[in-house]
Amino acid sequence: MSERENIFTRIREALSVEAHAHHGAGLPSTSDHRRVMPPVGLTMDERFALFAKNASDLRATFKLVKDAVELTAELRALRDTEKWQRVATHKSPLAQTHAIGLGLPTLVTDAGYDKHELEQCDVGISECDALVAQTGTIVVTSQTGGGRALSCLPPHHVVIARREQLVADLPAAFAFIRQKHDANYPSMISFITGPSRTGDIERILVLGAHGPKKLTILCL
Amino acid sequence: MSTPATQFNEDARRVAPDLRHRGIIQTAMGKYEVVRDQRKLWFQDWQGARNLAARTKFEAVNHLDQHLDQFARLLESRGTKVHWASNAQQGRDIILGILREKGAKVIVKSKAMTSEEIHLNNAMEHAGYEVVESDLGEFIVQLRQEPPYHLVFPAMHLTRGEIRQTFQEKLNDAPSDEPEDLTMVARRVMRQKYLQADVGITGANFCIAETGMISITENEGNARLTAALPKTMITLVGIEKVLPRLEDLALFLPMLAVMGTGQALTCYNTMYGGPRQPGEADGPEEYHVVLLDNHRTALLADAEQRDALGCIRCGACLNVCPIFRNVGGHTYGTVYGGPIGSVITPHLRGLTQWKHLSEASSLCGACTETCPVKIDLHHHLLQNRRNASQQKPSWWQKLVFKIFAPIANQPGLWSLTTKFGRFGMKLRGLVNGTVLDPAHSWTKTRDLPPMAKQSFKEWWKEQK
Ligand code: SF4
Repeated sequence: MSERENIFTRIREALSVEAHAHHGAGLPSTSDHRRVMPPVGLTMDERFALFAKNASDLRATFKLVKDAVELTAELRALRDTEKWQRVATHKSPLAQTHAIGLGLPTLVTDAGYDKHELEQCDVGISECDALVAQTGTIVVTSQTGGGRALSCLPPHHVVIARREQLVADLPAAFAFIRQKHDANYPSMISFITGPSRTGDIERILVLGAHGPKKLTILCL
Repeated sequence: MSTPATQFNEDARRVAPDLRHRGIIQTAMGKYEVVRDQRKLWFQDWQGARNLAARTKFEAVNHLDQHLDQFARLLESRGTKVHWASNAQQGRDIILGILREKGAKVIVKSKAMTSEEIHLNNAMEHAGYEVVESDLGEFIVQLRQEPPYHLVFPAMHLTRGEIRQTFQEKLNDAPSDEPEDLTMVARRVMRQKYLQADVGITGANFCIAETGMISITENEGNARLTAALPKTMITLVGIEKVLPRLEDLALFLPMLAVMGTGQALTCYNTMYGGPRQPGEADGPEEYHVVLLDNHRTALLADAEQRDALGCIRCGACLNVCPIFRNVGGHTYGTVYGGPIGSVITPHLRGLTQWKHLSEASSLCGACTETCPVKIDLHHHLLQNRRNASQQKPSWWQKLVFKIFAPIANQPGLWSLTTKFGRFGMKLRGLVNGTVLDPAHSWTKTRDLPPMAKQSFKEWWKEQK
């Protein structure tokens, strides 16, 4: 017998005896989840306000921008204050054009790249799949966010999002992923909630443990 | 010879009166308690959430065969190699086999309690590989050659000064004892390792049956990089970690964060469903998932304690446990410490050797009350005590109860005994504090309160 079969035999034998404790049968539904989970507000405005508050508590920067012109201006200001030398981005209508517009050497990750080169970039500019109001989270995937490392290796991650990408809560975010990718899920889906952090030394918060020290979300 | 029980007693005796240790733990836990409680209030109905989480885990664990099968099939259908390990030895052999085949030299790891469980690092280092733990806390304890102190905070017992000293000795790089500076030292060291590493090894917090994905919860981004840069990725995970549906994460991710660290959601919650897929920019060429039994099926077979397999390793029961806070994480001598460790270790490693852990409890029930998936922890400790005494009754316990039972059953005899007791207490005054005191082993570390002058019954009679 293979080890797989051995394990399944043991599992089935074990389960032939019914459990003593019982916590109620049947899986909870999404509406069950929503009844107990943190509230998110009813209107879009409330939810944007919630997202903004969560982002600032998490020490991320969140800005609503009017149009492409304002977006360009924001990015240029960041480029100048942080003295960016190299940027990384991925093939995408919003992120790529704006990254290239910065006039700096630009690494586009889609077709594969040298990891040393990505490590040298000052910023990774990507798009995302969704923004989650409930927790101030952005959802990026390996298909739609330039791979696995773009949003994690450079010291600053800039996300360019659109207003309509805001979803209310985590159940909605998962429902959205299911609907968008079903059956062809990206090999990585990451819920990013604030810049990288650690509290491993005396429980004192330090940003930028391994991932980016800074997270900026610019929302059109 | 030192058995786990004598080692526990010795270490507990040393750590419990250590005021410095106590101070460090109290400060850390104090900070945790404040944020955890705020976050619980953030939920509309925290108790309701616990009920739903317990229900979901009940379904998952009691249909483990179906979920596990679906999980493995879906992973395989997208190019992942799934391995099955019945025990620790098999787990190590599978992983060493992959490393050999890949000609690996440098291996980066993100936090995985399963790898501690099967002593993977030892095995890999022994076979000549360079292994680097990337989680900051794990990195620190690895440098110090210590086991992790706590499920969630591996280095919580250390001060920044001690960490600085460790960095100075081992890395020759410790600019100050500011947590910020120390973290940046680790970041710099790890960056180089990430770029060199051939293989990345991770654990997993959840396995999603319905979509064939694992989910990793972390704050630092170290697991993200471990899963992104090396050419081969390996995930070692226990078979019990399944959740039926993707949407279940909507509940479990925030609950794990609230109870684990007091956050709303940890910084990165990432699902992986295979190696790099066509059209993706990066990611490992090969992805291996090693599913580990290692006595989990024995716990599954215990219908009474099966719910303990629902544990999400949040560490909350450790944090509230008066025993854990007094004796510290290392005293347990186990991979999984605190109440949950005391419950499952006898199942994983043998009741006879590990039954003392169920005695290391005041049965206060704080663990059961806090557990987000409602594992009946303190009753399981009682059940382990019962099982241990059924398996191998101790003669002196039997003797004590043989004498005690008839006395307690006869009121006359009982009141006579208490009278003797009171007289004995007076005599004890003569030897108090010396080794002649029959209650010496109790009074070494505690007071023995004097018995009341009269019993309730005598007092009642007087009042009439
Ligand atoms: S037993 Fe419960 S409280 Fe303890 S670590 Fe597991 S899930 Fe958390």
